[in-house]
Amino acid sequence: MRVEDFDMFATLLKQRSGLVLTKDKAYLLESRLMPVARKWNMKGLDELAATVRTRKDEALLRDITEAMTTNESSFFRDQKPFDQFKQVVLPKMMEARASKRSLRIWSAACSSGQEAYSLCMLLQEEQAKLAGWRIEIVGTDLSAEMVERAKAGVYTQFEVQRGLPIQMLVKHFKQQGDKWQISQQLRQMVTFREYNLLSDLGGLGQFDVVFCRNVLIYFDQPTKSKVLDSIARIIAPDGVLYLGGAETVLGITERFRPVDGQRGLYTLASGPGFSTAGLKAAAF
Amino acid sequence: MKSCLVVDDSRVVRKVARKILEELSFACSEAEDGKQAMEACAQQMPDAILLDWNMPVMSGIEFLRRLRKMSGGDGPKVVFCTTENDLAHIQEALSAGANEYIMKPFDSDIIQTKFAQVGLL
Repeated sequence: MRVEDFDMFATLLKQRSGLVLTKDKAYLLESRLMPVARKWNMKGLDELAATVRTRKDEALLRDITEAMTTNESSFFRDQKPFDQFKQVVLPKMMEARASKRSLRIWSAACSSGQEAYSLCMLLQEEQAKLAGWRIEIVGTDLSAEMVERAKAGVYTQFEVQRGLPIQMLVKHFKQQGDKWQISQQLRQMVTFREYNLLSDLGGLGQFDVVFCRNVLIYFDQPTKSKVLDSIARIIAPDGVLYLGGAETVLGITERFRPVDGQRGLYTLASGPGFSTAGLKAAAF
Repeated sequence: MKSCLVVDDSRVVRKVARKILEELSFACSEAEDGKQAMEACAQQMPDAILLDWNMPVMSGIEFLRRLRKMSGGDGPKVVFCTTENDLAHIQEALSAGANEYIMKPFDSDIIQTKFAQVGLL
């Protein structure tokens, strides 16, 4: 690929998704964009690059962006954050919202929906305690294709074996040929929407718990700050933010601070904080 | 070091599974069918059993039912690993006392997460 084409694609991706493409990822660009070129009946990446330069076709630009984003996901990914959610975050939130009895959770950059559905399964287990509560789970992704996949809730045999305990498969999924579909009951618990993290997040409303794990790692420093600052504006004063194991707010934003003793969990610096005092099972 | 008995009539599957399990620090032994597995368990109960379903002489499900009736037979964590990939088989395995269930084909990621889920890792 020519250097100027690489730079053009990299700039396009940065603008549209925040994704930072370093020179050593040129091979990735080529392998992922070839299928896009074929889909649009182009001979190769030279023609693709030329077309992007001359004709700003929104559908084409969208295809390119979606092809370059990573959609790795699995049920109960990393497990620990989910244990922590069930044992620490959920009880604390239920205590704080005992009169309001409502909870809004956001799975940001939700990919094919496994994180959101994992939360649904956890909440189902706690349904006796949550009777009368209004719980809303929102999953967003910038990829229209991923949002459609998440809504359908259909997974391959391989996907349902990554992180999903077999009892949960039996309980919440229906077999469809060689695929597995999550139950309608669980699908109804989540609203999936196409949404770009770089855009104004105000339209999503306020959230009590935000999962934004393994997303910031793809962004450069200013983009990380921008996204975290946007999240800070739509999180409840006592809300919590989950980041991935390799991510942090330190040195990136002043708006969040880590929760003491709770790995991967952050709260607003300006808020009342998140104290786990008084909770029995805070063994993390 | 935890022990794992790999029960499968395919030598290739046993070899692949053994390699993955040894990387997860299990001491592995092998059996070619349910009957051989019974004999191995009578001698010494392993911590884990990776179990195929369809095998000559004695099937995996029959072995599992007999194992759970043996003295100490409730000890091993049993993870099915089979091409049987329908809900009816999975439910039958669980009610016979299986702890986890892997649908072939598998890879090291799947074995690792399933073993972790039943507390073996």
